[in-house]
Parts: sequence; structure tokens; C-alpha cells
Amino acid sequence: MSLEKIIFYLFATILVLAALRVITSRNPVHSALYLVLCFFSSAALWILLQAEFLAITLVLVYVGAVMVLFLFVVMMLNINLDVMREGFIKYLPIGITVALISVLEMGIVITGNFTLDKFPAPARKAVDYSNTEAIGNVLYTEYLFSFEIAAVLLLVAIVAAIALTMRKRPNTRSQNPSEQVLVKKSDRLHIVKMDAEEKQS
Amino acid sequence: MLEFILDLLFVLLKIFAILLPLLLGVAYLTYAERKLIGYMQVRLGPNRVGPKGWLQPIADALKLMMKEIVIPTNADKFLFVIAPMLAIAPSLAAWAVVPFDEGLVLSNIDASLLYVLAMTSLGVYGIIVAGWASNSKYAFLGAMRSAAQIVSYEIAMGFALVGVLMAASSINLHDIVMQQSGGIWHWYWMPLFPLFLVYFISGIAETNRAPFDVAEGESEIVAGFHIEYSGMTFAVFFLAEYANIILISVLTALMFMGGWLSPFQGIPWFEDTFLAKSSIIWFLSKAAFFAFCFLWFRATFPRYRYDQIMRLGWKVFIPITIIWILVLGAVIAARVSYVTLGVWTVGIVAAYLLLNKIATRAGT
Amino acid sequence: MARTLKTTFHSLFMIELLKGMRLTGRYLFSKKFTIQYPEQKTPLSPRFRGLHAQRRYPNGEERCIACKLCEAVCPALAITIDVAEREDGSRRTTRYDIDLFKCIFCGFCEEACPVDAIVETRHFEYHFEECGEQIMTKDKLLATGDRLEAQIAADRAADAPYR
Repeated sequence: MSLEKIIFYLFATILVLAALRVITSRNPVHSALYLVLCFFSSAALWILLQAEFLAITLVLVYVGAVMVLFLFVVMMLNINLDVMREGFIKYLPIGITVALISVLEMGIVITGNFTLDKFPAPARKAVDYSNTEAIGNVLYTEYLFSFEIAAVLLLVAIVAAIALTMRKRPNTRSQNPSEQVLVKKSDRLHIVKMDAEEKQS
Repeated sequence: MLEFILDLLFVLLKIFAILLPLLLGVAYLTYAERKLIGYMQVRLGPNRVGPKGWLQPIADALKLMMKEIVIPTNADKFLFVIAPMLAIAPSLAAWAVVPFDEGLVLSNIDASLLYVLAMTSLGVYGIIVAGWASNSKYAFLGAMRSAAQIVSYEIAMGFALVGVLMAASSINLHDIVMQQSGGIWHWYWMPLFPLFLVYFISGIAETNRAPFDVAEGESEIVAGFHIEYSGMTFAVFFLAEYANIILISVLTALMFMGGWLSPFQGIPWFEDTFLAKSSIIWFLSKAAFFAFCFLWFRATFPRYRYDQIMRLGWKVFIPITIIWILVLGAVIAARVSYVTLGVWTVGIVAAYLLLNKIATRAGT
Repeated sequence: MARTLKTTFHSLFMIELLKGMRLTGRYLFSKKFTIQYPEQKTPLSPRFRGLHAQRRYPNGEERCIACKLCEAVCPALAITIDVAEREDGSRRTTRYDIDLFKCIFCGFCEEACPVDAIVETRHFEYHFEECGEQIMTKDKLLATGDRLEAQIAADRAADAPYR
């Protein structure tokens, strides 16, 4: 077994175990952290495939930003798991059906289209071959349209989130710092020159 | 096989050669901080341990090593212990791609700029895991503040880096530095002046340093996320914070200040002197200047209010970076040289400052 | 509008921040006024309120007459006094304790005392190593008084014109 394979199986094992723990862990914060571990291991696998740009972007976007917000929410909500578990038996049949169907579908796809004879192992590229450049070329030529649609979708999602949460409440008293710092001494203070009212005896 | 083991040992040796000076630098950065802030407050700072207090960091480290590690009741023990390591690991790992001199880099990977950005964004995990695992309200508040702050400033930071990689048309730190060669006016701080400021200030926010240190906020939440930590676990958080300061300083030096390049490059008078020679000394002195700025800011500015930090990040920095990316795009499309853009940018800023100075002088 | 624009530019170019940095930058090189404590000391006023002491008359008789005024006036309830008649018929304390952990060094006991028996000295460099040592008993107070009498008398004399 070559070193590359050892590394692959190491990270693949970690990935599968961590993924299992995501759904079996009793504590939602632990689940979220296992999900982070999942992302990490899959990033490592991508690096083995020489897709370092994608791997680093995965870490940057999912681990560095998305999962932080996820953890943020999970920690803040302090979810009570006992309540969540109440419907477990009730929903079990549906759950098992859905799981079976998805396993079946994935099985068909993998055995039907992704067999090794249809997709030979990718040829090793030269050292100066830049994966990043290749992705950029494809992304901004062939897939430009879908790329832009994805971007617009995300923008719509952001705008929607803001529109849903932003409501003007009439009676809130909040400060406006940019207005506060605009105030000059002359706005508030008026100095009047006047004589003393009473002569000192 | 033997060759492989030798290679591995050689890499380990190189890692050691980077990390040992780094940790020593971290130790003495704490000393420099106390001394500098002392001087700015008309005090002397530590001067008892060793001559002029030079042994103070060693005494501090010894003290922290001797102290007991207290784990609070109902704390998540595993996460509590692992959190400091989560904090320090990314800040050390980022050094793998930092080039120190031409060709002097541990791992010259293609996407090193992204790698560094990813690593600096991971530092937040140590903080939020620490805050949550401590089972303490103050720690939790600190962790929440820090998480929201880091995620917000990462966007501005990322946009600032987009400007850099547009200008250099590369995401390799080594290439970015080499693109800046040719004297101080070729460095990116001039054409990317707003991005340079945004990056450095976001870096300060990202490392939770004053004036953005609401994650610790001594006056309101005691010590924030590391309130329950003592002894060596606390020391590791401390190390991580200072290692991050050095990292941000080094990155700013690399991306905006031409790394190891000499500012006198290309000036005829200096051509043959040692001043025009690019070397690691230039690189270290630039990084040291930015680290000094970190301490200077801490000595000067009061802590931001939390909502104002968010306002600054979202409503000021992100628009500035987006505008400047547009400007940069226009400049690239119009094939104007970066030097022209830089001279105009810095010229306008300097003119404004000068005019302001004259105006205030005339006013008083 | 013009003012908003002006302030926007003002804050955008960070003029105020630069001013602040210039100030701290200047202080970096200014003269330092730190007193190197164990070697150098700041001058103390005659009215300095440090460790307590009980005084004696020149003939060796203790001044305290157990009037309990100090106990009454003490805002921190740090003073405890027990009284008994001595063989010669005079009113004396059998116990005079000051708990220094409670004491706030306000100097009221000193002000209340009709015979200048309890005083606060300039001595402030002391420490306790065990629990219970912080209770200043009558013996300890008298010993402090005997040790520092010259200084105490001089301080009272220096402050006398202002009383």
C-alpha cells in the first residue's frame, strides 16, 4: 500500500466515523463539531485529488464561516433533545423508507455511471499544472450562466433574510452614532455675555 | 524508504526552525507590549526580572506552567482541554506557506493566500469552543461576541485580499511579493491604500485585539472566553493570540509592503549599496513595524462598543472594499499602471490631510 | 449636508485616530516618572494613616482610659474593647483588638480619642503570614507605639497648628 493510499484510508475512515457521530451524538454542539471534522477530512481527500483550491475553499467557506454561524445558533438555542426525540418512533417508518430510497438511488448511480471502466483514474498532471486556473477557466466560460444564477439565488436569499427580520418598531429608542458624532459644541451650548445682575456692595 | 524518512526529518527540522523563533518572538512580543504600553503611559514597564526585565517572559511562562489547571464543574472536559489547542494550531499552521525570502518558504503551494485566509478564519473555533465548554455565562458571552465579530470581519478581509490577488493576478504569496518588486512605489499599499487599511484593521479585529477586544472585555465580561482557564491552558490561548498578531503583521508586510523587497530598489543612488538588497531583514523589520502598530493601537484607543464594531465592519469596510475592487477593475481594464493609481490615491490622501491641517491651523 | 460630508471624510481619513496616535507616540519618548519602590520612596505626610499604635505617657503609663469612643466611632466595627478596673482603681482595657482586615484606615479612632492614645503611624510596610495575625492586640499596639514613639510625637507636633 502506498503512502497516498494510507492517507486516503485514514481520512476516509475519520470522515465516515465523524459523519456517523454527527447523527448519533446526543449533544447538538458535538454534532456540529463532528460536522466540522467531516468537512476537514473531505478537504484532505480533495487535496489528495490535487484539488487544493476546492479543498481550501471548503475549509474557508464551510468550516470558517458557515459552521461558525451554525455553532453560534446551536449554542444559543440550547436545544432540548428529549422533546426532539419524542416523535422518533412515530416517524421511523417514513425515515427508513426515505433512507432506503436514497441509498438505492445512490447505489444505482454509482454502479451504473461511475464505474471504474467508464471513469479511468485521472492522469497525473504536471507539476506546474494549476488546478485553480482550470476551475477558473471552466467556471467563467462553460458554466458562467449557472454560476451567475447561483450567485443571484444567494443574493435573493440574503435580501429575503434581511427583509424578513428587518421590521421597524415605532417605539424603540436606539442611538445613532453617526448622528451623535456630528454634534458640535455650538449645537448644544449657547454662551451669552451679560453684565452681573447685582452690584457687589 | 530511507530517503523518505530523511525527507520527513528534514521537513520537521524546517518546521522547528520556523516555530522556535516564532514562539520566542511571541514571548518577547508580550514583553514588548508591556514595556511599550508602559512607556506610552509614562511608566517603565517590567524591569525587575533580569537586566531591564529581559527575563520577564521566561518568568511568566514558568509561573503559568506551575499553576494548577482548574476544570469547572459541568464543563465539557474534552472540549475544554482541546479548545486552546484549536486556537493555537491554525495560527501556527498558517506559517507553512509564509515566504521569508526569495525561495525561502516551507511549502510553496499554489493557493497559499487562500490557505492563510482559511487558517486565520479557523482560529475562532478555539474561542467559541472554549466559551461553550467552560459552562460559564461570561465565557459564553465572550465566545458569541467573538464569533459574530470574526465572521463579519472575515468578509471585509476576504474582499481586501481579492484586491491583492486582482492586482497580482496570483494567489501565491511568493508571486504576490515578486509582483511588487521595483521600489517602494511599486508596493501594493499605494494602489490598494484603502484595502491595506481595511485589511490591517480587520486583522486587528480578527485577532481580538484592542480596540476590538470585546471577546475579552475585562470591564464588562471579566475576561471573556478564557475566564475559566488557568495555568498552561490559559498560556496556550495567550500564545495563540500573540502568534496571530505576528501572523497578521507578517501577512500585511507580504501583501501590501512588498515582503522582503527593499524600498530603495531601483533608485540609482542606492543601486550598489546594501540598502537596495532585498533580504529577510527588510521583511522582519516591516513585520515588526506592524506588530508595533498593534501595541500602539492598544495603548491609544479605547474599546469599541459592540454595535459600533458591527457597524464598522458591515457598513463601512465592506462598501469601501467593494468600491475599491471596482476601481481596481476599471484600472486593470483601462491598462493604467498600478504606480499611477497608487500615486493618485496616496496623493489625494496626503493632500486631504495637509489641507485639513492647514484648515485647523487657520481656524484656531 | 456639507457638514455630514465633511465629517464623513474626517472619519474616513481617520484624522482623530491619527491625532490620538501622535499623542501616545509622543509620550513614548517622554520622561518617565516611575518611583522604583523598594529603593526609592515617595515622601509621606505627617497625617499619613498607616499601622495603628497605642501610646504611653513619658512615665510609661499607657494613655488609654477605655472610654470606648473609638469603638463607637469605628465605621467598620474593627475595634473590640473589654474594660475592667485595675488594682490601683483606674479604668483600663483588658482587651483592645483591632482587626486589620476590617479596618478601613479612616482615622476616626484617632480623631475620637480624648487622650491621643490610639494613633495611626506612618508605618505601612507589614504583612501577615497566618490567620489571626491580623488582629492587633493591645500588646502589639503598645509595642508598635513604643517602637515608633519619636516619629509619632513629631508627626503630632507637626500637625498641631492645624487642629
